[in-house]
Parts: sequence; structure tokens; C-alpha cells
Amino acid sequence: MTRLARWETLLAALLVALFAIGIATSDVFLRGSNFSLIASSTMEKAVMALPMTLIIIGGEIDLSVASTAGLASAVVGKSWEAGWPLWLCLVTALVVGAACGLLNGLLVTRLGLPSLVVTLGTLALYRGLASVLLADSAISNFPAGFTRFGFGKIGGTGIPWTLLVFLPLFVIFDVLLHATWIGRQLYATGTNPEAARFSAVRVANLKLGLFVISGVLAALAGIMYTARVSSSRADNAIGFELDVIAAVLLGGVSIFGGRGTLFGVLLSLAAIATLRNILALNSSNAELQSIAVGSLLILSVLGPNLVRRLRGAQPGRLAGSRSARMAEAGD
Amino acid sequence: MTTLQPSAQSRSARLAAVAGSGQFLRLLARIREAGLLIALAAIVVIVTVQAPRFLQISNLRQILLSVSILAIVAVGQTLVVFTRNVDLSVASSVGLVAYVVRDLLRDHPDIGIPAAIAAGLLIGALLGAINGALVTIGGVPAIVATLGTLYVYRGVVFAIGGGELITASEVPQGFRDIALSRPWGIPTPIIVAAAVALVFAYLLRSTRFGRELYAVGSSPEAARLVGLSVGRRVFTAFVLCGLLCGLAGVLWGARFGSIDARAATGIELQVIAAVVLGGVNIFGGSGTVLGAVLGAILLGTIQNALIILRLNQFWLQAISGAAILLAVTADALITRRVRRSLVVRLRR
Amino acid sequence: MRVAFVFGWQMSRKIEGTMSSPVISGATAHPSPASSPAPAAEVIGVAKSFGAVQALRAVDLTLYPGETHALLGENGAGKSTLVKILAGIHLPDEGEIRISGQAVTLRSPLEARAHGIAVIHQHPTLFPDLDVAENIFMGRQPRGRFGQIDWSAMRAEVDRLLAPLGVGFDSSTPVQGLAIADQQLVEIAKALSLDARILIMDEPTASLSAREVERLFAIVRRLRDHGVAILFVSHRLEEVFALADRITIFRDGARVITAPASDLTLEATIQHMVGRQLQTLFPKEPAEIGDVVLRVEQLTRAGVFHDVSFELRRGEILGLFGLIGAGRTEVARVLFGVDRADSGTIHLDGKQVSLTSPAVALQLGIGYVPEDRHRQGLLLPFPIASNVTLPILPRLSRLGIVNRPKERDLAAEFARRLQVKAAGVEQAVAALSGGNQQKVVLAKWLAANPRVLILDEPTRGIDIGTKAEVHHLISRLAVQGLAILLISSELPEILGMADRVLVMHEGRITGIFDRDEADQERIMYAATGQARIPA
Repeated sequence: MTRLARWETLLAALLVALFAIGIATSDVFLRGSNFSLIASSTMEKAVMALPMTLIIIGGEIDLSVASTAGLASAVVGKSWEAGWPLWLCLVTALVVGAACGLLNGLLVTRLGLPSLVVTLGTLALYRGLASVLLADSAISNFPAGFTRFGFGKIGGTGIPWTLLVFLPLFVIFDVLLHATWIGRQLYATGTNPEAARFSAVRVANLKLGLFVISGVLAALAGIMYTARVSSSRADNAIGFELDVIAAVLLGGVSIFGGRGTLFGVLLSLAAIATLRNILALNSSNAELQSIAVGSLLILSVLGPNLVRRLRGAQPGRLAGSRSARMAEAGD
Repeated sequence: MTTLQPSAQSRSARLAAVAGSGQFLRLLARIREAGLLIALAAIVVIVTVQAPRFLQISNLRQILLSVSILAIVAVGQTLVVFTRNVDLSVASSVGLVAYVVRDLLRDHPDIGIPAAIAAGLLIGALLGAINGALVTIGGVPAIVATLGTLYVYRGVVFAIGGGELITASEVPQGFRDIALSRPWGIPTPIIVAAAVALVFAYLLRSTRFGRELYAVGSSPEAARLVGLSVGRRVFTAFVLCGLLCGLAGVLWGARFGSIDARAATGIELQVIAAVVLGGVNIFGGSGTVLGAVLGAILLGTIQNALIILRLNQFWLQAISGAAILLAVTADALITRRVRRSLVVRLRR
Repeated sequence: MRVAFVFGWQMSRKIEGTMSSPVISGATAHPSPASSPAPAAEVIGVAKSFGAVQALRAVDLTLYPGETHALLGENGAGKSTLVKILAGIHLPDEGEIRISGQAVTLRSPLEARAHGIAVIHQHPTLFPDLDVAENIFMGRQPRGRFGQIDWSAMRAEVDRLLAPLGVGFDSSTPVQGLAIADQQLVEIAKALSLDARILIMDEPTASLSAREVERLFAIVRRLRDHGVAILFVSHRLEEVFALADRITIFRDGARVITAPASDLTLEATIQHMVGRQLQTLFPKEPAEIGDVVLRVEQLTRAGVFHDVSFELRRGEILGLFGLIGAGRTEVARVLFGVDRADSGTIHLDGKQVSLTSPAVALQLGIGYVPEDRHRQGLLLPFPIASNVTLPILPRLSRLGIVNRPKERDLAAEFARRLQVKAAGVEQAVAALSGGNQQKVVLAKWLAANPRVLILDEPTRGIDIGTKAEVHHLISRLAVQGLAILLISSELPEILGMADRVLVMHEGRITGIFDRDEADQERIMYAATGQARIPA
């Protein structure tokens, strides 16, 4: 547990450092409008990162979130174009998101397929369905209220409306993960799914539920994106899954499952957004952002590994790693 | 108070069951590839009925040409997957090499085409080596490492190229001929892809190195016990994958009209689809490169069929996704059935 | 009891039929150690500790070519550690190892192999996706003129190696489908191909049927006759006396005695191993046996077990005995909802139930302490408290939020009751000894308050002291009215603890005995599926 606390401290320090750099390199950094720019462009990814964190802690992964978001966006657009009331379009999109998550969950839990491959397939399938629905066209005549929600800020502050969607969700997920028995069961599942099952944890139902929630929240993110850019296109939110996963992993969540906190993910989302913002303000093109995020991701695992290596943790190769286990094996 | 049963079946019957099950498993592996061929044949038949020009030589050639680059990358990916890893950065590597080689030839045409090709291969191998180092020396899981390099390599291309397009006219025709020429009527990329497939199929079948790749993915623990250095083989697999990405990048740079920094974006998905369709086990240890190549051909055939039948092109991605799901589901169901029947045979 | 035991194993050997000469001949067929050839391997003053645990204390052992040497000892005695040191997996802290008189350092399995040592572990580590030939020759496949692998030569060589072993598979069989017994033979063939001079086998018969044991012993004897030095570790005393020329006994990490097998009696052997009389180990208190809680009727799982029927009453300890492979754990898994039966019914308190998952089983009051502590029983990185409360967390929560003080108190209470030795309930379970880890698993299931508790090899891999504590606990639980199904492959444990004994053999129940009519002989008959001889 203390190792993670150290990681979050590192992230917090990183965030502070980034803020310092931001202030130093640009006059507009501290402006409210800039803050809202950082915040609003990250909201969709942040919303998707919440269930993604739980899924990865549980030992699985969901690569299809961005495609689900895109499909949801297409559904919103198409149903709006067909004349449905807005609330119905949104609800339909959420239902579609749930269905997408359900398919993922069923294939993983009932058929036992690896989630990496399943969600890779549904990544293509859902994006493909979005393409079939929208082809090359874009639907953009959404009502002003919708657009204002997605793009606008509260009163004179720089706080985007969409933050009001994210924050309660963050609180709910945080409580769920860290204080409820469901969260504890999730950590157990990610650490040792067999032992968890033998301890009466309903592993299959847990994972199924997570995938469905992931689908619903991905759809929500898709709705938010549509509102923000005021347009429904087949390539909405394309590639977002990489950013989401990168943010989760950078936040201290282990790809192997069983470890991580939402607070760390929050910090990492903030850090990545701030980093992108600084680079954008300094007229760096997208490429530096790309390099920076990728490097951060690699460093988040490489760093601790190298530190451990330098401290000389492993004596003999085979001996060091297995001795603890073997000593317990009882001979 | 006792109830007694005699011992189970005779020894010879049990032994026969064991031997039979072995042959059964081997047959199953062949079935996988046969299934691919059947699916391929089925599509060909269905489409030809609707549109006879599907079966024309020129069209078949077009299919093979369109998948040749993909197939080369798929072979590289297969090597990595055999060792229980994955390389998500292939698209970025291909794009990087494609752009850099073009850039090189545009700004320094005097270095000559062979040198440019060599540079492309070398860069690819280097990119693969970085991946390999991160995974083996850095201890970073392959998913995370190659996700990171996917970002970084793509960023580097953008940094080099900005938004610039390098058009066909800016590079020597000789270079473009690499992709456009047709010795004996067969487009060069097809020949290259076929050569790569055959070379690596041989490598994996008949050399110690190839067999050790399978071993390392099948059971890293058993590999260590017999003294195989898992790290070294995984590293080599990544380098080879990078090398093949370099080759694919060179062909990409030669083949397409205009290239910018976004070259080859997103093809990692099709590559993995081809590999999975081809029956390569995502957990390592089994599968064949020929299977992956067949998977690529299957994908290309589907795409071509969509064009020929004038169907909505946008179905391609959905179909690719569905194909992955179907392939993996079928594999899992079959394996489960086999395992269950094996248990029954061995116990009775 | 001693007479019955001796009689029992002698009889079972006679019934097995092909058993070789009685124990005596094992020693006289070979020269006594005094006139034997130079030692193949010598372990001199080797000591090894893992953290605070001293696994080996300055032990000596000598292996001679053409001799089978058995290593006996209770769990925790240090046998496996010594095997792993010889296998090159661990480095000793002190002491020396000599191979053919030369001092060596075995830094890796590869180096051990290079010195002619071949080790057959309890669970063979092979390449599941590759065939037998490749498993044997990986890394050293024969090559043709241009460096390519010569498959036909390799296959032919492997077939040649397999021929005298009398196996049912050939060189191109995928290893994945092979039973453990056959996998062991693949390992032996590999050892043969490496021209191993020292063969070490760690619990080789643990997963084998009687016939497979017979086959293995014939092969081992043939190897011995060819001059290979053989060291094998085993718990099964009957087998040890049937196969070994010399026996070394370890206790608590030290060597107690080394002697020719003919010089040791069974009772003396047990006494050396255990250090105390057998009787005091199994203190069963009489419990009042009540109504039937669990009734199983004709439970069948195709290919695994058939027509299993029995009843379990409150306060009763029902022993379930059988050799490994009999199907006992498989039955337990179905009773706990991990697997589903194909046919048959399960009734709890008279009502038929459908056990679809462990969660459902727990809800209905069934608990299960699994065989594999590390993989199924515990979450090693987690603290004791989390392990203990995991199944019942919903009960300790209000509106979903876990009541942590309540959780800690509950865990502390059960840890105290079971005398778990640890630095508080927040300590990670991975740091505990095997015995204390098992206590944590038990605590978990006691906290869950079941009506039926299934214990699968509950004292395996635990030190003698904790073993007695666990037996006391089981006895007390029965007195308190719990219905207990005790699965064990230790005959003394079953005989000491059970009110009734069920015996399984290859998936069927072959015997049901009351406490007073159960004895080693009868149980072994039933467990080996032999026809009964009238008493």
C-alpha cells in the first residue's frame, strides 16, 4: 500500500511541476478560459477512465470504449435526424452503450475469452457500425441547449458544465472502489481470480457488470463529445481508448490487476491534460504531445523497475524470484 | 459394510486412448487452417456467383497486392505473439520508415536506392530493438511498452514531417518501381510478401531458433529449466518484427502516391485481426505464419468483395471486428469440447 | 495398530501381483555401501535458510551409482529444499556438493544438467504446445547438413528412448493431452537422452495410479541396474520400502539417520520421522451425531466420478480417503459449486439444492478449505484481515460500505481463536509460515459460519505442531455441531479423526466403513480397487 502512496505523491509532484512550467512559459496559462479548455477537452476521457480503472484493477481491459462512444454519438445523431425528442435520443444512446458493454461482458465471462482480443474485435465492430450508420456524413443541427451543455461554462467561472457530470461520477466510483465490499472483491479478483472465486466472490457477475457500466459511461462520453463539438460523425472520439488506458496506467494501476487507486488516475488525467495544454500553448504540434504521453506511459512502469534493479533486489535469477514462494511450499 | 467395484478398463485400452487423443489434437491444428481455406473458398464462390469478374486474374492480383504489405507486418507480429507478447506499435513503425525513406530520397537522392532501403530496414530493426529492450531489460509488459512506443514513434514522424506531403514526383522512379514493377507479371510486393512468408515459415519450422520461439511462449518456466534465455529470444522476436515493419515501410513508401506523417495509421488492428483469424494463439506457443498470411488474405478478400459487390465500404471494419470475435469464439468452443472429450477418454 | 499396518502393506503388495521380492532383497541384491563404487554425488554440510526459516541444517547425503536412495521426512523436514539445491534452483548457504568427487557449484538447472543430474519434479514442467520429441530435445535438436532440424532423426531417437518404457504414446504426441504419469515418463526419457548419471525424483508417485506406480518402479529398477544413482523423495512408506536400497530420514531440517532399508522397521522409521508416538497426534473427542444435513445421491460427472452417494450428519466427521486421482477433490468441487455435476442430486436439510457457484454454496451454508492453499485458498499479498473476511464482507457492510473496525475485530477474534502467529491482522499473509497460512484459511471459513465444512487435505504441508492444533480444532468443531467432510490421503489422519470413512477409487465409492470396523488393510483394499478377501 505504501508503494502506491509514493506513486501518487510522485504524480502530485509532477502536476505541481507542470503547473510551474505552465506559468513560466505562458501568460495565459492561469486564465480561467485556459483552465476550462484543459478541463472540457478531458472530460470525456475522464468519464471513460472511471470504469476503465475498475476493469483493469479487476484484471481485464476494455479497448472498445472509444468505439462505443463513437457509436453512441452516431445513434444520437441518427435518431435526432429522424425527429426523435432529444431526451429519447440520449437514452437510446445509453441503452446502446449498455448493449455494447453487455456483448463484451458475455464473451469474456460466459465464453472465457481474453478481454484483450474480444474488445479489440468490438473496437472494430462498434466503430464499423458507427460508420455504417453515418457513412461520411455529419449531423450537426443540435439544439442550442445541448451544445451549451457540452461546450459552455457555468456563469462567469471557467468551469465547464460537463464537470458537473464527471464529479459526482468520480465520487460514486471512488466510494465504490475504496469503501464498499464490491471494490474489495474487485481487488481480490484482480489479484487472484481463482482464490476470489473460492472465497465466494461472484467473479463472473462482477466482471459482466463492469463491462456493462463501461459501455454506459462510454456512451455518456460519446454524448458529451457530441455536445462539445456539436456534431455527430463516424470518427468521433476515435483513438480515445489509448489516452484513457494511458491515463489509467500512468495513474498507478497495474496492468496485471489488483492494484491502483482512482485518486492516482485523477492526478494522471490532470497531468496529461496539463501537459497537452502547455505544449499546445507553446505552439508545439500534436507530435510532441504524442511523444510526451507515450514516454510518460513507459516511464510509469520502467521507472520503478529500474529503481528496484538499482537497489539490487534480485540476487540469483531463478533463485531470488522463486525462493519466497518455494519456502512457503512446505517441504 | 462394503461396496466394491473392479478396476477400470484394461491397460491397453487406456493406452490406445492416449495415443488417439494425440493424433486428435494434431488433426485439430490442421483443421484450423483448413477452416480458413474453406471460409476463403466460400467467400470466393458466393461473390463470383454475384459478380463473375471477381475471379479474374487481375482482380485476384489486386487482392494479393493490397494485402501484401499487411501480410509482411502480420508475419512480424506473429513472431512476437509466439513469445507471449504483442507489438501494438507496428503501424507507427511502418509509417515512420515509410516517411523517413521518402524524406531521405527527396532530400538526398544521391545516396541511392539500395542505401535508402537498407536505412529503412535498419530503422525498423532499431525501433523493434527499443521495444524489445523495454520488455526484456526494462521489465515493462509488452502491452504497455508498445502502447507507449505507438505514441512515441508516431510523434517522431509528426516531428519530422509536420503536415508535409511528399508526393510521388519527389522521389526517384526507381524507388517507386520497387512497388510498381511486375516481374513475370506478378507485382513485386506480392513476391516480397511470399518470400518473407516462406522464409519465416522455414525458419520457424526447421531451425532451433524458430522452435525456441514457440517454446518460450508455450512455457517460459520450462524454457528456463532447459537453459533457454527467454529474454534474448523475446528481444530477437521484437527486432525481427521491427525489421519486417521496416520492409513493409519501404514498400509502403514506394507504393503510395503521396505520403504524410499519418502513413499507416491504424493498421495494427488489421494486423492483429489477421493474426487471430490465422489461428495464432494470443497466449503464445502455437500457430503458424502461413496461418497469419492466410488471415490477411481473408481480410483482403472480404474488402475486395465489398468493393466488387458495390456494398457499403463502411461494412469492412464491422466485418473485421465480427470476424475476430467469431474466430476466437470458435477456437474457444472447439478447445473446450476437445478438452472435455480428452478427460473422458483418459479416465474411462 | 503396528501389526495391522505392516500386514496391510505386505498384503497390498502381494495383491498387486507383480511386486518384486520383499524388502530384504532390495539391500542384498547390491553391494553394501562399504564396498560400493565411488560416490556419484555427495552433499556435505549443506545448510539453507529462507529468511527466518532454517530449512536445512548442515546435512550430509551420499548417492552411489547403481543404488536407489530414498529420502523420507514429514512436511517441512527439508527434503524438497535439498532436491532443489541439487537441481540448481537454490544455492546452499553453507556446505559443499561434490559430483564424482569434484566440488561443484550448481548455479542453475542447466549447470546441474551439465553435471549429469536429472530431476523429475512432482509437477513436470513441459511445453504444452509442443510434442514429446521437441520437449525432450528442445535446444539440442539434431541437425542436418545445412543446419536445419532433422525431424526424422529426432523422432527416431525419441521412439528409441521410449521403447523400453512401455508407453502408449509416441514421439509426435502433443504433450498437452498426456496424463501426469506419462509426462513423468517424458521427463525420464529426457533424462535418459542426456545420459544422466544421477536421477532425482520428487514425490514421483503422488499423482499415479497403482499400475502406473508399478510401471515407474520397473523403469527405475532398470536404470539402477544400469548404474544410475537414484534419489527419490516420497511419503508413501510402502513404496519406499519396496523400492529403496538405502533410506535417509530428515526431521526439522536435519538428517536423523541413514541406513540400508533392510535395517529399518516401519515403526522405527515413523518414529525417526515424527519424533513422537503416533497415537498422540489425533485427539478426537466424541461428538453427538445429529440429523442428516447433507445428502448426495448418485452424483456423476462424466469421466471424473460416478454414482457417488452418501449422507453427512451434524457433528459427524466423514473421512473421504483415496489415492490421488480417485476423484475426491472433484466431488468436493461439485459440492462447493465450483463445477457442475452431469447428473445426481444434492440435498441440504432435506431440500434439493442447485449449487451453481461457490457464492451460492456459501449462502446455503457450505464452506470449503481447498487443497491448494496458495492458488485457491489465499490472496497472498493481502493482509490477514482481508483474507479472513472476504467471503462475508457483505455481512460486515451497511449500505454497501464496509465497516472496517468491525472487520478488524472479527478477524482478530478468529486469529486469536486459532492461535495464528503473526504481527497483527494487517500483516500480509504471504509472510506467514505454511501452518499459519492454513490457519488463516480455516479462520476464513469458520467466520463464514457454515453448516457443512469440507476440508481438502487440511494438514498437508504443515509442521507437526500446527497439525495437532488443526486436528484439535476439527474435533471441537464437530462437537459444536458442524458437519465435516474430511478429505485426506493420510491414512493415520483418517483413521484417527473420522467417525466413518468413505473410500474412493477411480471415481467410484468402493467402501464405506464405520470407525470401529475401519482399518488400514480394508481401506487400502478399497482404495486400490482390489477384490476383497474374506476376513
